[in-house]
Amino acid sequence: MSDQHINSYRRRFLGGAGALAALTVAPGLLLNVVKAKPAAEAVSNTTRWGLLIDANKCGEGCNDCVTGCNEEHGLKEIHGPATDAQWIRSVTVRDTSTQHVTHLPMMCQHCESAPCVDVCPTGASFKREDGIVLVDKHTCIGCRYCMMACPYKARSFVHEHLTEQKPVAPRGIGTVESCTMCVHRVDKNGENTVTACAEACTHDAILFGDLNNPESDISKRLEKEGGTRIRADLGLNPGVRYQGI
Amino acid sequence: MAGSYRGITLLSTLLGGLLMAASLLASAGVSAPVVPQGKGEQCVEPTADMRKNHMEYLLHQRDKTMHQGIRSKQHSLKECINCHVQANKAGDYPSVHGTNSEQHFCDSCHSYAAVKIDCFDCHADRPASPSAAKGAKP
Repeated sequence: MSDQHINSYRRRFLGGAGALAALTVAPGLLLNVVKAKPAAEAVSNTTRWGLLIDANKCGEGCNDCVTGCNEEHGLKEIHGPATDAQWIRSVTVRDTSTQHVTHLPMMCQHCESAPCVDVCPTGASFKREDGIVLVDKHTCIGCRYCMMACPYKARSFVHEHLTEQKPVAPRGIGTVESCTMCVHRVDKNGENTVTACAEACTHDAILFGDLNNPESDISKRLEKEGGTRIRADLGLNPGVRYQGI
Repeated sequence: MAGSYRGITLLSTLLGGLLMAASLLASAGVSAPVVPQGKGEQCVEPTADMRKNHMEYLLHQRDKTMHQGIRSKQHSLKECINCHVQANKAGDYPSVHGTNSEQHFCDSCHSYAAVKIDCFDCHADRPASPSAAKGAKP
């Protein structure tokens, strides 16, 4: 068989295989297209976005999710960790009885009953219908009550004049901010969203999804494997769940 | 009598001339802003409407985006920037904070009208990248 024959055979075979692959993938794609909301449609409480973090997969000293978040939202080092804004921080905890060490990323837990929303005097701290807790910086007066109310220490205050902000993440002096669950990506991609932290995670430890949809990957995993709410005793019902802690 | 009347007419003509010259001089002091050309042929609303009401459109869109996640492009600040803020030949974007702020669409007019805005203390005053700007529709 000449080279030309082989090439034409290969082409036909690959073409057929491609069509088969397209047929197999297409239904899934169509399903996913339906799930992303149109840009002009308001979010609704039929969905509740959440994250599932498997701390067992987190590597020691790994900071990829933090770096990914900082890159996505334009967070830069200014005067060091004491005053710089942190949307995610890497936490290491040791069980003193067993000496077992756990590394986990800690960010806004997007509580159902968010204390930051309760205490905000201007209504700047609010929860969207789909469960994402945000700060409306147009009305934030920088009083920092929400920072004191948050049991997860998840919020930061912007102390300095900022420049070179990212178009997707407006940030400015005198306002409080925290993880937005990559709301700009969520509004665009819906169920197919991969948050910046999950995208940067090389250990596949972070999963985003709809907690209200029993068919979503996050709900299936939570049903099968279970998940922990940090400080569940407070009854805040966070949207961020952990495994391996 | 006729002489004094002629005198008054002459005086008033002189005064009128002086006033006109003064107003001309005053208007020559601040030149009208040169508003940079955006992309496309037509803005999202008629130009006269945008000149008068752009702040209202932006305010409504702002609250809808923030609280309801509505990210339609019609009145979004990001899309204003993507169309109206264009790079120069060297590929640099003008900045409201920089020395070339008079080349920035928003600042060219706002500094002329002496209306201070703080949008760009937080929001990006230029498109994310040349490719992002290219994808925008007028």
